Amino acid sequence: MGDMTYWLPVVWAAILVVAVAAYVILDGFDLGLGILFPFYKTEEHRDVMMNTVAPFWDGNETWLVLGGVGVLVAFPMAYAIIMPAVYLPIIIMLLALIFRGVAFEFRWVAKPDHHSVWDVAFAGGSIVATFAQGVVLGGILQGITVENNAFAGGALDWLRPFPIFIGLALIAGYALLGATWLLMRTEGEVASRAREQAKALLPIVLVAMGIVSLWTPLATEHVAEVWFSWPNILYLSPVPILTAFAAWICWRSLVTGDELTPFIATIALFMLGLIGLGISNIPYLVPPSITFWQAAAPPESQIFTLVGVMIMLPLILGYTIFNYWTFRGKVRPGEGYH
Amino acid sequence: MELDALFLARLQFAFTVAFHIIFPTFTIGLAAFIATLMIRWHWTKRDYLYQLARFWTKIFAVSFAMGVVSGIVLSYQFGTNWSEFSHRAGNIIGPLLGYEVLTAFFLEATFLGILLFGWNRFPPKLHITAAILVAVGTSLSAFWILAANSWMHTPTGHVMKDGIASPVDWWAIIFNPSFPYRFSHMFTAAFLTTSLVVLAVGARYLMARVYIEEAKTMIRMGLGMVAILAPLQLIIGDMHGLNTLEHQPAKIAAMEAHWDGSKPGALVLFALPNQAEERNDYEISIPRGASWVLRHDPDGLFPGLKDFKPEDRPPVTPVFFAFRAMVGIGLLMIAIGFVGAWLWYRGRLFESRWYLGFVQHCWPLGFIAILAGWWVTETGRQPWLVQGILRTADGVSPIGLTTVLTSLILFVLVYSSVFSVGIYYINRLIAKGPQPSIISGDETAPGVPSRPLSGATGAAREATTESGQ
Ligand code: HDD
Ligand code: HEM
Ligand code: HEM
Repeated sequence: MGDMTYWLPVVWAAILVVAVAAYVILDGFDLGLGILFPFYKTEEHRDVMMNTVAPFWDGNETWLVLGGVGVLVAFPMAYAIIMPAVYLPIIIMLLALIFRGVAFEFRWVAKPDHHSVWDVAFAGGSIVATFAQGVVLGGILQGITVENNAFAGGALDWLRPFPIFIGLALIAGYALLGATWLLMRTEGEVASRAREQAKALLPIVLVAMGIVSLWTPLATEHVAEVWFSWPNILYLSPVPILTAFAAWICWRSLVTGDELTPFIATIALFMLGLIGLGISNIPYLVPPSITFWQAAAPPESQIFTLVGVMIMLPLILGYTIFNYWTFRGKVRPGEGYH
Repeated sequence: MELDALFLARLQFAFTVAFHIIFPTFTIGLAAFIATLMIRWHWTKRDYLYQLARFWTKIFAVSFAMGVVSGIVLSYQFGTNWSEFSHRAGNIIGPLLGYEVLTAFFLEATFLGILLFGWNRFPPKLHITAAILVAVGTSLSAFWILAANSWMHTPTGHVMKDGIASPVDWWAIIFNPSFPYRFSHMFTAAFLTTSLVVLAVGARYLMARVYIEEAKTMIRMGLGMVAILAPLQLIIGDMHGLNTLEHQPAKIAAMEAHWDGSKPGALVLFALPNQAEERNDYEISIPRGASWVLRHDPDGLFPGLKDFKPEDRPPVTPVFFAFRAMVGIGLLMIAIGFVGAWLWYRGRLFESRWYLGFVQHCWPLGFIAILAGWWVTETGRQPWLVQGILRTADGVSPIGLTTVLTSLILFVLVYSSVFSVGIYYINRLIAKGPQPSIISGDETAPGVPSRPLSGATGAAREATTESGQ
């Protein structure tokens, strides 16, 4: 029993990392494409952009549901603390996702008397949702006030420079994912414009990653200890080195005209950033006080759902890949279903 | 102050879940209807079946999108507004929602893409399989969420430690005493609602003498379902009520506005329940009727509201009236099914314009009955959030009044604007009707992608412009 109460929360933390990573990559490029939407003016370009993600957005967003519900399954106490702490940004994100989500359908059924309202809803929803996600992340990372295992802070604790900065950085990050996705899935003018956008965004994203990497250790002692104490600094040095390498690959492939590599390199950048954040905060689920062992649900709950994850996750990954494979190739004008 | 934030949180949950349930109700039935149409088309190769399936798929897509975005709000609201509930019941509710995500949400969300975009593009077998999987996904979703909800009404299979529920027997938790009834009642309700919409749309076209072939198919399929399911729903509902009497007698007492448990209960047809003086004003009732329904014995006794401490009683008036609205609509549906079936049997269905003229306006009935039914169930559980374990007042988040008020206002503004526009678009799609122009070209040139670029776009534009007139 003792062993299980040690390992189960670790396994569940790993599952959550997978869910968050999948969400950030998959909905990241959807939202990123929405962020870039205002820069493409013609109706035809916008139709093509939307059609590159229209068959996938719902599945992509489901990873967000899995992430949220996953915390509730495995760490109900953390769920009960975090959600009230970042109440307003969560609500704003949900509302923004409503606009973004319905725009996929409404934009088409509103035609032919085309309402640009749904273009604005799509772009605005994507931008606001991304920003709010960054604020939520920043709000958790900066630390949550906890008393008696419950949230005890104020409604606006998240309204500080660090969460706001993460919010803005995430907009640039998702936009980069979106641009490299478009580069891969489209051709002609849309693709060439996406390439230029990616070139402009990559340096911004790198600077933002650099700032976050300095800000967190400077602001939080335990993070500084993790990264800058000997010999940790040696073991952890591959993370920044690999990040630099991925950035270099991304830039080179953008310049040489490669279509697939920029997207993959951007994903690698995101994963390395996530690993960095993970290393900074292990073993806290609610920094700086509650570890994932303290917040864990009883083994009966964790095991029961773990069985479902073991069976279903491979299946889900399988048919998700099948879905992407089915719609592979470049999207051309006029390919919607409406 | 405390109470006010609680009240607003309840209002917000009721508002968002009530909006949400409208869409799943429709999509659960519609997914199955579309899959059926596609299978029938595959067998018979009749064009109008294809067009019907395609037509309803567009409506499905709009409704599904609204169901998804409003549902995500709900799952996060457990944490934002009901954090104490999440903490204390999360060990049970969490895994059930987890299984819903794993088995249902991913399935329906992923295959939705193939269903929507698969026309003339993928082999029919793959496309039909996708339609079936989406339908299976919506039903599985209902299974798990209703297991979670039913456990909150009739909790079993757990132990309480320091006010926190821990699972002991998952089988007992999932198949808790009210689950079989709630699941079959809700599932039937979803199919009834969709069937009535399909029937009403068919009747509307036939009245306007457009899309004749399609209209007749819709009327036959919709009416057939209503004629079978409406009486079945009465039987399931009755069994559901008997089960509730056993496990949540206070709810039944409120539904029947029955105050004095020492006397047989009357079947109250109308009354204004007077909670302060513990009696009914202006009562019109059939003496001993409720005892007969609930105990199958005119002398049978069942607990009255006075048998419960005032702080353990649900609010009587809303439960009482919502219950009558639901059952009233249920009886009306039985009548619609019966009359329609009789006309059909006599071969006069499509000529009976008085009947078609009436049913074309009946499409909202199912939605109203479902909202009323949920109102009965959830309000009848008060003051408990999880029956006998956790009071609603103890489940709420430690969040200030202004914060909840802000979010509530935002939800009301966004929901009432966005979702009304969505419902308006659905109406417009229905008014437009199935579009034959879209299919004809595609049959000869399968695979839209292989068309010349500019030509395809031009043709699509033309088609939409024409149909918009
Ligand atoms: C899995 C859980 C679950 C499910 C499937 C539903 N509900 Fe519920 N409902 C709750 C969990 C819940 C809750 C969390 O338990 C609430 C919030 C506050 C409360 O008292 O109970 C609640 C309250 C609540 C109220 C307010 C009752 C009151 O406070 O007096 C209404 C009107 C509804 N719900 C209506 C619905 C509708 C229309 C549903 C259709 C889907 C529904 N509920 C499904
Ligand atoms: C209050 C409890 C509920 C919660 C927390 C909830 C949660 C959710 C979530 C998160 C989604 C979006 C999933 C996605 O991304 O695809 C969703 C959609 C859905 N929900 Fe709910 N739901 C609730 C009540 C219900 C009930 C009672 C039913 C059915 C009886 C139901 C049936 C569905 C279906 C079928 C969908 C798919 C979308 C659609 O068909 O419109 N839900 N729900
Ligand atoms: C025809 C007679 C009907 C009877 C006797 C009946 C009976 C009941 C009862 C007793 C409940 C409360 C269950 C509880 O204790 O929580 C209930 C709930 C409900 N009813 Fe009905 N019902 C009828 C018709 C309908 C119809 C026509 C619909 C919708 C199309 C419907 C939809 C619902 C829903 C959605 C609920 C809430 C979920 C649940 O608890 O099952 N009912 N019904």
